[in-house]
Amino acid sequence: MDIDPLIFSRIQFAFTISFHVIFPSFTIGLAAWIATLEGMWLFSKNERYHTLARFWTKIFAVSFGMGVVSGIVMSYQFGTNWAEYSRIVGNVVAPLIGYEVLTAFFLEATFLGIMLFGWNRVPPWLHFTASVLVALGTAMSAFWILSANSWMQYPAGHAMQGDIAVPADWLQVIFSPTFPTRFLHMLFAAYITTAFVVFAMGARYWLQGRFIEHAETMLKMALGLLIVLVPLQLLVGDRAGTTVAEYQPTKLAAIEAHWDGNESPVSFVLFAWPNEEQERNDYAITIPHVASLLITHTWDGKFPGLTDVPREDRPPVWPVFFSFRIMVGLGLVMLATVVVGGVLWYRDRLFSTGLYLRTVSLMWPIGFITVLCGWFTTEIGRQPWIATGILRTEDAVSPISGGAVIVSLALFVLVYATVFSAGIYYINRLLKRGPEPTGSGGEGTSSRRPMSFAKDAGREAIQAGE
Amino acid sequence: METYLPVIWGGLIAAAITLYVILDGFDLGIGILFPFGRSEAERDHMMNSVAPFWDGNETWLILGGGGLWVAFPSAFSVIMPAMYIPVILMLLALVFRGVAFEFRFVSKPHHKMWDIAFSAGSIVAAFCQGLVLGGVLDGIAVTDGQFSGGPFDFLSPFAIACGLGLICGYALLGSTWLMMRVDGTAGVKARGWAFTALVLMLIFIVVVSIWTPLFDQHIAERWFSRPNIYVLWLVPLATAALALVAMRGIDAHKGFQAFAASVGLYLLCFLGLGISTFPYLIPPTLTVWDTAAVPASQLFTLFGILVMLPIILMYTAFVYWTFRGKLAEGEGYH
Repeated sequence: MDIDPLIFSRIQFAFTISFHVIFPSFTIGLAAWIATLEGMWLFSKNERYHTLARFWTKIFAVSFGMGVVSGIVMSYQFGTNWAEYSRIVGNVVAPLIGYEVLTAFFLEATFLGIMLFGWNRVPPWLHFTASVLVALGTAMSAFWILSANSWMQYPAGHAMQGDIAVPADWLQVIFSPTFPTRFLHMLFAAYITTAFVVFAMGARYWLQGRFIEHAETMLKMALGLLIVLVPLQLLVGDRAGTTVAEYQPTKLAAIEAHWDGNESPVSFVLFAWPNEEQERNDYAITIPHVASLLITHTWDGKFPGLTDVPREDRPPVWPVFFSFRIMVGLGLVMLATVVVGGVLWYRDRLFSTGLYLRTVSLMWPIGFITVLCGWFTTEIGRQPWIATGILRTEDAVSPISGGAVIVSLALFVLVYATVFSAGIYYINRLLKRGPEPTGSGGEGTSSRRPMSFAKDAGREAIQAGE
Repeated sequence: METYLPVIWGGLIAAAITLYVILDGFDLGIGILFPFGRSEAERDHMMNSVAPFWDGNETWLILGGGGLWVAFPSAFSVIMPAMYIPVILMLLALVFRGVAFEFRFVSKPHHKMWDIAFSAGSIVAAFCQGLVLGGVLDGIAVTDGQFSGGPFDFLSPFAIACGLGLICGYALLGSTWLMMRVDGTAGVKARGWAFTALVLMLIFIVVVSIWTPLFDQHIAERWFSRPNIYVLWLVPLATAALALVAMRGIDAHKGFQAFAASVGLYLLCFLGLGISTFPYLIPPTLTVWDTAAVPASQLFTLFGILVMLPIILMYTAFVYWTFRGKLAEGEGYH
């Protein structure tokens, strides 16, 4: 029996990349946060920042490892499962990935050694430099990955040579029209995701009455960053939406579940069950004029609908429609959170409002869910194309046996479930244990037996967990 | 330009893969030798000696794979599906051993599972890399520029021999690395491991060297026809000489000499493979020229390599220098 490798390759890619993106979303921000703490430690000589930097480095180590190994899987899957994609757009996309390896991957992977193990080996300024370089490396990685992905969303700067896409203008390829806003959107998303984790942990410690000073620093630094970034992110998000309207009208139509391009004014669909069969929305709750206003910035502007393109050129509507709504909804929840937090802080009541801190302490996953929904929106919304206008996803798959893909998919699920649940368990244990003062050169048993640092951390974490 | 660029890129990818095999080779080797480390302290010691380096080392694998895609997309899109099973197994094995570095420390004292994950992951990854190497050398079925074989085409006695050979080779690099870098019982034991690994690796070198020309007419001609043979007989001679140097280094407790000679052995093996297969990327049909990306793509990334590679090598050397010297038992960088 011949099993089609396409559907299982798609599931495998969706599964592995959804797992992968969680870790960069966290480590991009975490590296920057650690570098900031170290900088503040060097500048102010306040030991509290040092303790926090070392504490979050332990969390970083565990998450970064998972990000690396799940990332290597991604780069090889382009070839194993998507050979036609590799062949047809490889001339354009592969160099971007190559530049990621050269300018980002080596930088972060190499200086990670110093960041994790160099505390007692190099002077503080050098350690700080290593942390900055790791943070820079993670951000550069995002730059190239978003560049490659944006080119797939809306290819530019290329020419077709037979069925092969070849580069014509590298600057246009790298800075394709949708790239700048998408890169900024992802970078902000990563910083916000991390800031919410730090914010929630600060709230948790504060409520438990542990590490009060550290918790205060975490709360204030995280909230301060979020007050700036969350509103900015909404603006960038709006801009990204306008870019989609301009360059990917079909994706926008799916996002808004907008079927009829002649509708004017366009109502905003608050909720509906998109019915792809009959090309309409069931159970729709709509607000008149709002979609026109949001998309065209006019009272009754029109924009293309799904029925403007043939069925085979439309993406699946409901996943795009819903994941976008969840993303925006959570973004608004974040906005409300930082507005309330800002007001409380301004009135000097941030630390005396138990309800607010209790709510915040539960909000650590909000960034991760939002990022995932954002990526679902953009990646599913690109379908049925893998590189818009050049290659369809169904034509990109490798000439491989479907059976082999089913087995590999099952193995990925099994291995990732094991490894990542263990990782999340360890991270949670480290977080429960909290930041312990380490002293500049290590103290107590740690200075006599440096290696026991990790061992002790592990042992004590278990006691804390039990 | 169209003539030389693919050759330059072929050389670059060969260099990246060679660097990968040597650098990640010694830390994979530590994982392969892990079951022979008896106590927790001994295993801590072994792992600590590579912990700051492994991630940077593994990045060369991405450069090797990514470089192949950049410069030879039509080869990448044939080799990867053809090697689907060993490549995926290697990736999964690397997941286990990669996370084990951190997980093992944070899970103490309940780290037994991660000892096994680290070791099994390293062994499986090494074996699969050998399978890929052997599978590609064995030839891949190609029709109209696409892979046209079955999922188990890669599997052959030759590929299995390459897999086992690579495990022994990595164990040799790992054990001579330990001789050079650690004190205590692990350092003492490493000498015995190095000896065994060297003997096994030499056996595999001899087997593969006899096997390939025997079964492949082209390779036999490449090596034994005149005038090639006048120069090429130096390769086996140098291999024998380096094996002797490695042996004496191990015997005389000279860790650096043993490690350097083992690295030299690797370089010669790769040189031998290069001589056998050049200019084919996918024997017996596709050459570096058939599968090359357009010059604009090769040039663009070549520029990046010329600028970035010296910088990468410099800071890699700096990190190795930061963590230089022998690691005493019970000491770590954490």
